[in-house]
Amino acid sequence: MMKFFQILIDGFAISSLYGIGAIGFTLIFGVSGVLNLSHGAIMVTAAVAAWAVAGDLGGGPYGGAAAGVLASVVMSFATYLLVVRPIQTSRRIAREEKEIFVLTGTLLWGIMLQEAIAYFFTSNPKTVRPLVAGVINIMGVRTPRQEIVTALVSLVVIGLLWLLINRTRIGKTLLAASINPRGLTLLGFELSTIYLYVWGLYGVLAGIAGVLLGAFLGVSSDNVGQLTASAFSIVVLGGLGSVSGSLIGAFVVGYLETITAYLISPSIRTIPALLLLVIVVYLRPQGLLGRR
Amino acid sequence: MSNIRTFGVIFVVVALLAMLPFGVSGYVLGLLTLAYYFGVFAMSWDLLFGFAGEVNFGPSFLIGVGAYTAGLLNHYPHWPIWACVITGAAASVAAGLLLAIPALRLRGPYFGLVTLVAVLVLQNIIVLFAGVTGGEIGLDLPDVLSIDDAHNYWIALAFMSISGALLFGLSRSAVGLILQASGQDAVQAGALGFNVTKHKLAAFCVSALFSGLAGAMLVFYEGTVSVGTVVDIGVGVQVIIAAVLGGRRTILGAALGAIFLIVAGEILRPLGQLSTFVVSAVALIVILFFPGGFLGTILRTGER
Repeated sequence: MMKFFQILIDGFAISSLYGIGAIGFTLIFGVSGVLNLSHGAIMVTAAVAAWAVAGDLGGGPYGGAAAGVLASVVMSFATYLLVVRPIQTSRRIAREEKEIFVLTGTLLWGIMLQEAIAYFFTSNPKTVRPLVAGVINIMGVRTPRQEIVTALVSLVVIGLLWLLINRTRIGKTLLAASINPRGLTLLGFELSTIYLYVWGLYGVLAGIAGVLLGAFLGVSSDNVGQLTASAFSIVVLGGLGSVSGSLIGAFVVGYLETITAYLISPSIRTIPALLLLVIVVYLRPQGLLGRR
Repeated sequence: MSNIRTFGVIFVVVALLAMLPFGVSGYVLGLLTLAYYFGVFAMSWDLLFGFAGEVNFGPSFLIGVGAYTAGLLNHYPHWPIWACVITGAAASVAAGLLLAIPALRLRGPYFGLVTLVAVLVLQNIIVLFAGVTGGEIGLDLPDVLSIDDAHNYWIALAFMSISGALLFGLSRSAVGLILQASGQDAVQAGALGFNVTKHKLAAFCVSALFSGLAGAMLVFYEGTVSVGTVVDIGVGVQVIIAAVLGGRRTILGAALGAIFLIVAGEILRPLGQLSTFVVSAVALIVILFFPGGFLGTILRTGER
């Protein structure tokens, strides 16, 4: 019974964290059709910035978290302006090939970030100072307070994002851009401004996810590929471009991994989720909630 | 550029490369040997992507299946090298067919993801059955191709040249043109009466055959088979970067890109950790400003 609650609590925290990590990724794809393979690198950048400012520079946990999110926003704009936009506007790249160029370009950019972090901060795992310290007892399970903060912050941010998209003018514009970009330009909206907004929003989401991840599990520059791959799988499982689908995907993957780790063995933690992904992609390529 | 001139240039280049063992150290030869096998990986990938239009993120799935099949058969039942290499290549073709099934149903990023997952599953299986496969550490092989640097070098050069000639010939044949048509517009190619499915399956088999052969030969050159050298996603990424860097749809450019990547990585080694950074930055600049890659850019200036 104890194990049951442990799985319930740990799974919930991990799933919420996966959710916020994957939602930014799916948002960019939904609005601008870009699969950003430097996603993991941007999350790690945020975590390492938070770690450095909170620790060595004496900014405290909150200063660190702010610095992490800021670093992620800066990197997000850099990714868009230096890599993605030049490829999208290039006349020398044929239209049907833009996708593979964006994939290769963001992948290379991610490797550059990863190597730069490893060079300046080493690739040793870093744990960001938690926002709150201490442990509390839930149903007999000793749970770090930070784990609860992780789940709460993730869910609150996801809730705010939902409000932003569905209840504000800018959010509705983003939604419209994902459905029919050409129609939106005909109504007099500048698509490039919308893309800047969405990359900014993405930077905030990836930054929060990175800082929380750094405080909860710790990160190293070696995790970059794994983080991108897990966001990619969650998003495809839920349906590319679907925000609520990604959230469901995150919970499915998060719990599946936690259950596997507790009941079978931590060493095969990721395998059931991968197999589920293969099955879903074969049977329902658009994902659980995706539209084609 | 006329075909005869192209062949002339390539013949001279290969002949010059074949002379290298008389002039350079074993260290350089070893580096180039590795680069030649990578060249074959990249050329096989280019056939699938550049011509058939399939974004395969998991070249190391095909390479790894070939390499591990050959390695296990040599380590346990002690099969001779040639039998291991042939069986490895056959296993790789089977893996290629397995990948082709989703490719015929899925498009773009979805297929890309399946290939990526295929690599992760293979890697996990190898680590999970560490007792048999050697896990992360890898497996030692009792046999090697040759202990002489020059012999290894010539084997790799000959292998790359023959594979390159076959793949290049295929890409310029009618089959290559049909592949290119089905990659760009499958519906229209089908409407013209070409069997798109059959041609794509053939492309997967050929790509897998050469990937598997090269993977199997690489492990007999190195005398060991391990996740880090033939299965890891990083290996696949390097293959993709090499092909895009050298120039897509050129086949031969992919080999150039692979040799450049490996040699540049080695020259920049004094920079330590920053060497990967510099190589990635160069590759990024090339794809941003010269999207045709090395060979694509050269050929275009040649045409003018």
